[in-house]
Amino acid sequence: MSSLLTRVKLKQIEQSIEKGQRLDKRTLSDYRDFKIEQGVIEKAEGSARILLGKTEILVGVKIETGKPFPDTPDNGVLTVNAELVPLASAKFEPGPPGEQAIELARVVDRGIRESGAVDTAKLCIESGKKVFVVFVDIYVLNHDGNLIDAAALASISALINAKMPNYEIVDDKIVIKQGYTPLPMKDHPVTVTIGKINDKLIVDPGLDEEDVMDSRISMAFTEDGNVCAVQKGGAGYFTLEQTIEATKLAQSTVESLRKKLKW
Amino acid sequence: MKDKTIKLLNKKGLRLDGRKLDELRSVKLEVGILPNADGSAYIEHGKNKIIAGAFGPREMHPKHLQRADRMVLRCRYHMAPFSVPERKSPAPSRRENEISKVIRDSLLPSLFVENYPRTGVDLYIEVLQADGGTRCASITAASLALADAGLPMRDIVVACAAGKVNGKIALDLMDTEDKVGDADVPVAYMPNLNAITLLQMDGKLSTKEFEEAVKMAIEGCKKISNIQKEALQTKYKVIKQEEVEE
Amino acid sequence: MPTFFENKQLVIPGDLLAEGEYFAGNNTYKEENKIYASRIGLADYANKKVNIVALRAFYFPKVGDVVIGTVKEVGFSGWTINIKSPYTAILRASDVLSRSFKPQNDELSQVLTTGDLIVAKVASYDRFHDPQLTVGEPGLGKITKGQILNMTPTKIPRVIGRQGSMISMIKNETGCQIILGLNGTVLITGKTPKNEELAVAAITKIEEESHTSGLTDRITKFLKEEKAKMEKK
Repeated sequence: MSSLLTRVKLKQIEQSIEKGQRLDKRTLSDYRDFKIEQGVIEKAEGSARILLGKTEILVGVKIETGKPFPDTPDNGVLTVNAELVPLASAKFEPGPPGEQAIELARVVDRGIRESGAVDTAKLCIESGKKVFVVFVDIYVLNHDGNLIDAAALASISALINAKMPNYEIVDDKIVIKQGYTPLPMKDHPVTVTIGKINDKLIVDPGLDEEDVMDSRISMAFTEDGNVCAVQKGGAGYFTLEQTIEATKLAQSTVESLRKKLKW
Repeated sequence: MKDKTIKLLNKKGLRLDGRKLDELRSVKLEVGILPNADGSAYIEHGKNKIIAGAFGPREMHPKHLQRADRMVLRCRYHMAPFSVPERKSPAPSRRENEISKVIRDSLLPSLFVENYPRTGVDLYIEVLQADGGTRCASITAASLALADAGLPMRDIVVACAAGKVNGKIALDLMDTEDKVGDADVPVAYMPNLNAITLLQMDGKLSTKEFEEAVKMAIEGCKKISNIQKEALQTKYKVIKQEEVEE
Repeated sequence: MPTFFENKQLVIPGDLLAEGEYFAGNNTYKEENKIYASRIGLADYANKKVNIVALRAFYFPKVGDVVIGTVKEVGFSGWTINIKSPYTAILRASDVLSRSFKPQNDELSQVLTTGDLIVAKVASYDRFHDPQLTVGEPGLGKITKGQILNMTPTKIPRVIGRQGSMISMIKNETGCQIILGLNGTVLITGKTPKNEELAVAAITKIEEESHTSGLTDRITKFLKEEKAKMEKK
């Protein structure tokens, strides 16, 4: 980041945003175009690929049977994991998930969980003993900024796409029958990230902008317009007034995104 | 998923531990409790008991983690196996990893990192007992540890959560309220700059309720901030008094 | 243009010290026209400048400072020196040998080795380079005798006193040579161990009572009394 070239670029971004414009010609509140494709991995129970600008994320959903958590014996289990695959960026390294990947997975997880998107009560096979376990695996294939929003959109798309095996219980054993039913869902949360550069708020920060911005705030909203997850990130801060402004900006952006989504 | 049958508010509108909606748990702070650390602090926030120790600024190891233009803050939030009802594995969980990151992000705005290039500060936080709101209590203690280490700071960072219990916005949720309640909004704050340095939320709130919760948490932060200041002054006043008496 | 504290009042980071046409001095920072404290310490308003006399700080190298350090490692062309600062200092072999250094002939560890103490001066330091030390001046170099005292670096100025009054008084009274490393390390060498102990006691007393007034008089009295006791024995 300390090379001359990037310093020039950082300054350009700042100056442009100061004038209310971004280097890719977006206004401060514009969201990049995105494209979602569902069912791209046949071997997975559900899958989706999103292209947000040049950010590309593939999410696969696998559904298996397993044990419920002791404190929720009648509910299925949802787990979200994220891999920042080294081929997606020179900054990503092989090895177990680092801080960034863990945060990404947990923020997406929080949006899905707190909105009650997956109806885990319908995933119980036998109380306290056997339930369906839904694995959501986020695979970042190209990093061009705003991984949180892209991963959240792709995850919900993949869950909508997911199909559960039909089954019956014969002599205490699960027998898989022919055919599938869709994964039971109750909500479709949408997450929007707002970045802050020199006290200006921008929607859907791109990779270069992420290098300049001092902090971000990601907010997930349910279909009825409630907030269900929030995460501030980055080494800077928001004032109370900026927080309120960011909330409004995120909410209106979610509304306009919902019009484009076919959920 | 959440058991809504537990009543968190009684007929008088008081909470399980007898607090009013906008009432904090008791907060006790002590500065300079670890002889080997460059700076340290201990907090008892309700039943939370947490120690924070800071080392540095010192040469950053391993070297590839050094930054040519700034100081690096490393932060480890860790829970003792005996800190919660069911033994917690001592290996760091994903939750602890995430909390370590958000705590670091909440403290960085208070530091002049650009003044100490190539150095590092290590911040170790050990939760000895947890009862809801450990990340906030950790931040409150950790910021004091950094000040105690002699690091120049813009302000002391303070943290407190607000949430929703039985349909009402309430301050400083304890464990049961956090687990059974409808939402939790932890906030870290630098009072003199009106700066929110940590903001998270889980649960369900309307945007109006969310705003209300953030504002209530900030009021809580301001109260704890006074206790923080007193704790820091107490340590250094003691030194001064001893000197005068002689 | 108000100020918000009294001189010598205890302040902590974030305390608003002054508003208006003031300059931000040591351990303070300016945000718009407000000056805040950035360290725990005592407020010190001097004309238009607002300072904090820090009660807690670490040593930060400055060119020209005399420091006392410990040899950490012997390298190929010099030594690394721990000067109790966020940065490890470097001492080049050519500086010590006062001639160009020949790796085939010179065994560096015979000159200085791990654990040796040196008095040195900071020759260069900037944001991008570790501090480089020099011993090429009279009074600098390897320490072979005397006593070492460590204290927090913020208290060294008190040991020096106004225009060096405190330190020259102690030197006179105890007959010891005293070198004050600005990094918080003090070297005391005297004719007898008794003299050294006396100087150590006086400096320790200054460290403990550093922020009280009338300190020079009290230390003078203390030294005279202690000396009288020694002579009686």
